[in-house]
Amino acid sequence: MTTPETGDLRITNVTKRFGEFTAVDDLSLTVPQGAFFALLGASGCGKTTTLRMVAGLEEPTTGEIRLGDRDITRLRPYQRPVNTVFQSYALFPHLDVFENVAFGLRRRKLRQVKEQVDKMLELVQLGGFGKRKPAELSGGQQQRVALARALINHPQVLLLDEPLGALDLKLRRQMQIELKRIQTEVGITFVHVTHDQEEAMTMADTVAVMNAGKIEQLGRPAEIYEYPATAFVANFLGQSNLLAGEAAGRSGDVVQVAAYEQRFAVPAVRSRTDRGPVFLGVRPEKLALVPAGAAVPAGHQFVAGVVTDSSYVGVSTQYLVRTGWGTELAVFAPNGGDATQLAVGSQVTAHWNPHHAFLLERAPGEGDQTTPLLDSPDTVGVGS
Amino acid sequence: MTLLTGVGPRPVDAKGGGAERRDRRRALPYLLLLPGAAWLFLFFVVPTIQLGATSLYDPSGSVTAGYAMTWEFSNYPDAIEYAWPQIVRSFGYAAIATVIGIVIGYPLAYAIAQKAGRWKNVLLVCVVAPMFTSFLVRTLAWKTILSDNGWLVGFLRDIGLLGDDGRLLATPAAVILGLTYNFLPFLVLPLYASLERLDYRLLEAAGDLYASPTRTFVKVTLPLSMPGLVAGTLLFFIPAVGDYINAALLGNTNTNMVGNVVNSAFLSRQEPPQGAALSFLLMAIILVIVFTYVRRSGTDEVV
Repeated sequence: MTTPETGDLRITNVTKRFGEFTAVDDLSLTVPQGAFFALLGASGCGKTTTLRMVAGLEEPTTGEIRLGDRDITRLRPYQRPVNTVFQSYALFPHLDVFENVAFGLRRRKLRQVKEQVDKMLELVQLGGFGKRKPAELSGGQQQRVALARALINHPQVLLLDEPLGALDLKLRRQMQIELKRIQTEVGITFVHVTHDQEEAMTMADTVAVMNAGKIEQLGRPAEIYEYPATAFVANFLGQSNLLAGEAAGRSGDVVQVAAYEQRFAVPAVRSRTDRGPVFLGVRPEKLALVPAGAAVPAGHQFVAGVVTDSSYVGVSTQYLVRTGWGTELAVFAPNGGDATQLAVGSQVTAHWNPHHAFLLERAPGEGDQTTPLLDSPDTVGVGS
Repeated sequence: MTLLTGVGPRPVDAKGGGAERRDRRRALPYLLLLPGAAWLFLFFVVPTIQLGATSLYDPSGSVTAGYAMTWEFSNYPDAIEYAWPQIVRSFGYAAIATVIGIVIGYPLAYAIAQKAGRWKNVLLVCVVAPMFTSFLVRTLAWKTILSDNGWLVGFLRDIGLLGDDGRLLATPAAVILGLTYNFLPFLVLPLYASLERLDYRLLEAAGDLYASPTRTFVKVTLPLSMPGLVAGTLLFFIPAVGDYINAALLGNTNTNMVGNVVNSAFLSRQEPPQGAALSFLLMAIILVIVFTYVRRSGTDEVV
């Protein structure tokens, strides 16, 4: 570990097939040493298979996995400087906490086991729990034992397979902060697999959104959120209102879009394409509502509609606005202190700053996509 | 005992009859125990006491004249003196058979539990299938297989593993093989049950933590299958020690086990006190072995 490049995890053109099913499809990916990297996707998207191939628990059908200069594609799991925190924790039930954590050290016949284990248990705040059996611990404590058991080996890469999935929401938040702290402290590369977009965004410095065995987009969480590359990403990472339209090419710095007999303009730097079928995307919190007929801020673009639903959730009010052509847009109005609520049924204008919109490619024939207010991973396409 | 708490005057509470229902619920476990307890009392406790008494009778009596209870504790040292070679042989044969049983049975149970996939049930039936025929018939079948002009002996003679007049039947090897064969399912089934519960993710975790497949077996698979192994070896070893059919059908007079001595003491030599004393001795030695074994293997839940 002399230069930063030596420990990079490089996955090159890796494909994994299970019979007819292609779980991972020609995936290439570089995780820089010391990064906190998240693989985000719905279940069945190939993220866990990717992780298991890095761990050596699955062998790629084709492709290459390198750790620094070393080709680890065909190495057995116990020969790799990689450790895993398993989704189910997989703690050894017949060993106490101390021996679980010491397991890797003992297999490698290292010295000063006791000092290292005690230090590691302190790091995960389980000092004094060494004599307990895993079954005597709570879910959160078991999770921390699993983390300690992997971390103590100082792997070049630590793999985390949905490690927080079994914890309740409050504990999960706590562990997210804890994991981030530990990663900063030990400086090991973390590759974290999760289906929870909020978890990926809060913890990782780089997120790869996976779908059907491929990476849809890779970047910093803010980059991906603010300027998604595909409709899938726009709806998987947060919510989006995607309106089906036709792009008519660039004029100056903007791309002209026609949708539902209206004209919109999207900055060229926020457009993935400038011609043909497109999605005009705006995040719900980037939309603002004014009563119909009221002035819209200069330069903003807008559509008219009727409020069909309003849910007050404290930090914001979440509205559904039905446009003239029937699509319901999601709008999050922040709670800025003025308690004016728009009643269901009122005529409104939803407007946005064009610099907050984005333009995505759309398969011909695809209709509007908006996500429901309920926090559901499924996207609901509303036909126009 | 709990039944008695319902006896006697009791203030009638507002719920009316609630206490009676509680009493009935508390009595339920004892009612469930009743048939089993009665069975064990009639057919285990009573005969054991009878057998204990027999072992202390005056050995000079006879079946026709009857036996006098003279608290003859010397029956025990006498029985040991008479049958110690058979006692030693019994434990020796059973121990060797158990080791062979583990060597055959552990991989078998492991394969069925972890690798057999959809063939699991078929293989389990194959393990149990021999038990569909009687113990005696199976052992007689072995007698045919091992006989001097059988194909097995012929084959072993051909490849030179047995001399030209070498034989299998009526040798210690035949008795040990017979014991192994007859009791193998009792070893495989409990082992299978505990290996079947073994979470393969623990094996993955061990591999991930630098344990080679061999170390994974020693450090994870074996300890986690210990309850099954202990239960299986006990179910194998205990009946094997007391068995006399295999020695009688497959052995010769020099392969007699303690069971054969007990058998002849009661049925041919007319010395019931000696047979009873040997039975009690056998039981005592086995109990000591079982307790030491279970303590040492750290699986107290078996006993």
